[in-house]
Amino acid sequence: MKILTEHIDVPGIETIDVFIKNGGYKAVEKALKKMTPDEVTEEVKKSGLRGRGGAGFPVGMKWSFLAKPEGVPRYLVCNADESEPGTFKDHYLMWKSPHTLLEGMIVSSFALGAKTSYIYVRGELMYVIQILEKAIQEAYDKGYLGKNILGSGYDLDLFVQPGGGAYICGEETALLESLEGKRGNPRNKPPFPAVKGLWQCPTVVNNVESIAATSWIVNNGGDAYAAIGVGRSTGTKLISASGHIRKPGVYEIPLGITVEDFIYSDEWCGGIRDGHKLKAVVAGGSSVPILPAELILTTTAGEKRLMTYESLSDGGFVSGTMLGSGGFVVMDETACIVHNTLTFARFYHHESCGQCSPCREGTGWMDKVLKRIEHGKGRREDIDLLVDVAKKIEGNTICPLGDAAAWPIAAAIRHFRDEFEWHIEHPEAATKEGAVFMREGASWTL
Amino acid sequence: MEVKNNINIVFPAETLDLVKRMIARYPEGKQKSALLPILHLAQAQFKWCSPEVMDYVASLLDISAIEVYEVATFYTMFHLEPVGEHVIEYCRTGPCCLMGGVEVYDHLKKRLGIETGETTQDGKFTIKEVECLAACGWGPVFQIREKYYMNLTKEKVDQIIDELGK
Repeated sequence: MKILTEHIDVPGIETIDVFIKNGGYKAVEKALKKMTPDEVTEEVKKSGLRGRGGAGFPVGMKWSFLAKPEGVPRYLVCNADESEPGTFKDHYLMWKSPHTLLEGMIVSSFALGAKTSYIYVRGELMYVIQILEKAIQEAYDKGYLGKNILGSGYDLDLFVQPGGGAYICGEETALLESLEGKRGNPRNKPPFPAVKGLWQCPTVVNNVESIAATSWIVNNGGDAYAAIGVGRSTGTKLISASGHIRKPGVYEIPLGITVEDFIYSDEWCGGIRDGHKLKAVVAGGSSVPILPAELILTTTAGEKRLMTYESLSDGGFVSGTMLGSGGFVVMDETACIVHNTLTFARFYHHESCGQCSPCREGTGWMDKVLKRIEHGKGRREDIDLLVDVAKKIEGNTICPLGDAAAWPIAAAIRHFRDEFEWHIEHPEAATKEGAVFMREGASWTL
Repeated sequence: MEVKNNINIVFPAETLDLVKRMIARYPEGKQKSALLPILHLAQAQFKWCSPEVMDYVASLLDISAIEVYEVATFYTMFHLEPVGEHVIEYCRTGPCCLMGGVEVYDHLKKRLGIETGETTQDGKFTIKEVECLAACGWGPVFQIREKYYMNLTKEKVDQIIDELGK
């Protein structure tokens, strides 16, 4: 079942003519000519679609919070600042099929009553920005954007905004600050963007994939979308698969397939690369807890784990993780957990905006301690020190970057403490080129 | 390398036209929103964001210079020092490392004879380490301007350097 990527490999799908030939922009016709904005919102609510950027908050509910004071403009801002390590699905979708996003933007803007909307794209993706701008021009030329779209009386202008290289701008209030031409420092909430967002006006910020899904929902109805998936994990999800698998890439899966199928089936990742065994997976982007092979495949209750929000988080942070953004990083037995954790710690240190002391100081501290462990200079007390610092960041910052920095380190130590100890106790062996810890009796030990 | 600070810092007419259209994307009085897009234009034109370039951008947007400095120093894409002709921005985050990113990066540094943040003597190449470029399934990855170079190997790096170094 493919909703977003059904036609992604059709040659020329990035052009509006080919896109329309493959059923594109029907949702704009239907929404603007046959539906009211509230009816569109109602379908999105019924669909159960949850925010695909990582938080998983119901999209329809987020829309319903939008304040609508008279005479004040409202804005829809698309969050295309995709920067969570392991995640590259939005990049792929916008690059291959820009009109899929634009169609969703028009339908969603109509539902929210926005007359001007922005797509905030991370600045590194300048080539994707060029692709989007070309597509937007095509949509204006065909009358899907601009004044009185398709004679409906609805006006919409759509612009692309480049970022400047800052992960924090994926946080919605930091993104709005950035769009206002400022440093990307997250705002205190409340007020939420739905009340005071861009230029203090009511604003909805949604992820690329969430917005792109709304046109299928308009075409087929919220119930049809909700029929895909399991329980509260409805619809399809783009999963960015990377690491030690046979076929890295972006896959659109119906939510509810098993993790085992996703990793080993030829339809998806195609299994672990030849001659190697699964050691660990980061299932939802760098910020979610890493899980060792046995826990990512089965819950502690012995059930096969599914690719759903609920199943992946089964067991909480003791034995579970999160679906997050769907950044699925697979590691075989050659992966060094200490080194991988260090790269994540370094990432969050680099990306902390510096506004809150626990995050600004804590991320730097964790980076420093992990660096010395990696380089054979670790101290016995370092492991508990890392756990302690992570605990003191978590929950003590304005935005979730602090949590995102703390969780991967705490989880790596929770599940691979012996590997950290080995680095500290055997610095000479651990720092040899290509050296990697082998846990005796583990399923991944060759 | 030689720093040419006295180049005339003015956009050509067509870029000034684009600046005007960019400012028109936002409501009246909110022209500061055009700061990031215009800083990108400025860097493409003048190679790096010198204080003079930032002052010029401030004048275009009718905002104070400090408002440009505080933004340009926050976002890592803006070069605050002179750079070489080709700036190689190399991803150093986990997923690329899993695919051999560290070894390929070591090769690149050796090949160019420079360390992170340095520029080759001939002014051709600067290398910078950057965080995740959202191309993890095609790692290791680096970027030069808007172009992504993916699935890098030592051999591929050599080819790219040979090509661009001509």
